[in-house]
Amino acid sequence: MINLDFESEKVYNTGRAPINIHAFKVPLGKVHIIKERCKECGYCWTYCPKEVLEKSDYVNKNGYHPPRIKKGKESACVACGMCEAICPDFAIFVEEIKNE
Amino acid sequence: MIEEAIHPKDIYLRSDRFPHIWCPGCGLGIVLKSYVDAISKLDIPLDHHVLVSGIGCTARLPGYANVDSYHTTHGRAIPFATGLKIVNPELQVTVISGDGDLFNIGGNHIIHAARRNMDILVVCVNNFNYGMTGGQHGATTPEGARTSTTPYGNIEHSFNLPYIMASLGASYVARWTSLHVRQLTKSIMKAMKMKGFSFIEVISPCPPNFGKYNKFNDGLSQMEFFYENSVLDNNADLSEAYIDFSGKRPLIVGEFVQRIRPSYIELERDLIKRAMEEP
Repeated sequence: MINLDFESEKVYNTGRAPINIHAFKVPLGKVHIIKERCKECGYCWTYCPKEVLEKSDYVNKNGYHPPRIKKGKESACVACGMCEAICPDFAIFVEEIKNE
Repeated sequence: MIEEAIHPKDIYLRSDRFPHIWCPGCGLGIVLKSYVDAISKLDIPLDHHVLVSGIGCTARLPGYANVDSYHTTHGRAIPFATGLKIVNPELQVTVISGDGDLFNIGGNHIIHAARRNMDILVVCVNNFNYGMTGGQHGATTPEGARTSTTPYGNIEHSFNLPYIMASLGASYVARWTSLHVRQLTKSIMKAMKMKGFSFIEVISPCPPNFGKYNKFNDGLSQMEFFYENSVLDNNADLSEAYIDFSGKRPLIVGEFVQRIRPSYIELERDLIKRAMEEP
């Protein structure tokens, strides 16, 4: 697997990055969690590419721990929608925040 | 930042029945998500969709989708779907059922539906055992896998589902795991647009039954196995596409067959036309 960190300066220095890369904006997402539907399978916090989510201490009515957003990662979500796609319980979704 | 909200896909679901009955880590919710995603992106009106299922864990799925659904007798989902499609060819009939329902109990029906090239989409969710009744082994249990009725390992050869379906002349054959969410959604959309018999196998984790006996403690560890072992190969030799949990053989996924063959509905329409023209 190739890991490219587009935020680091290395990418710009290789000469392989698109010349107008600065014109592109990283999208910002807002994560909504429906806590009572969660069954703590762990897929969302395992497969989040930006590692935004983690297990919380909150216990829902069925005794499971729903995810929460890690401290300091409040604006790290890029609205890729992986958590929404992989959640089997329809308990999480992402809304892209568009501010012009 | 976190607050309670309504899921955007809730309009396609019977959301009052949520949370659903499936175990934590089960891949069936992901299949439901992919189906709902596919029908939300296609321009077929919602009342033209019909979801048919047999009996089993997977067969509970139509009860959660807000489309016309049919929960039929064990193994007989395909005959019901065939009847629906012949009577009203405008409907988009989808069968979502498990491997035990489609291939063990109803093995004959799926074979003949594929032979006739009936215009239905069949999504077979394969969890390698009879999940609802306690994890007994079946025709899709891989060789050497342990289940509650084969505690020393399964000695039988297993079904190779894409190979069977391709040999019978299905128009579209694909296999994904429940980790390939986006590919599965695209695959369902493509199969709904195609004429003829479409078959998609979805390999799903079954944490409390198959997983427990095969050293996958939770759904996550089985998903990790899929992640490490699945290989995308659209031109794979399907006779080699057996599933093996020993890790020696790659888990081949992809869209194996896409071909144009006259479908049953087209042939029937032609036949009626010819018969009506004759004096």
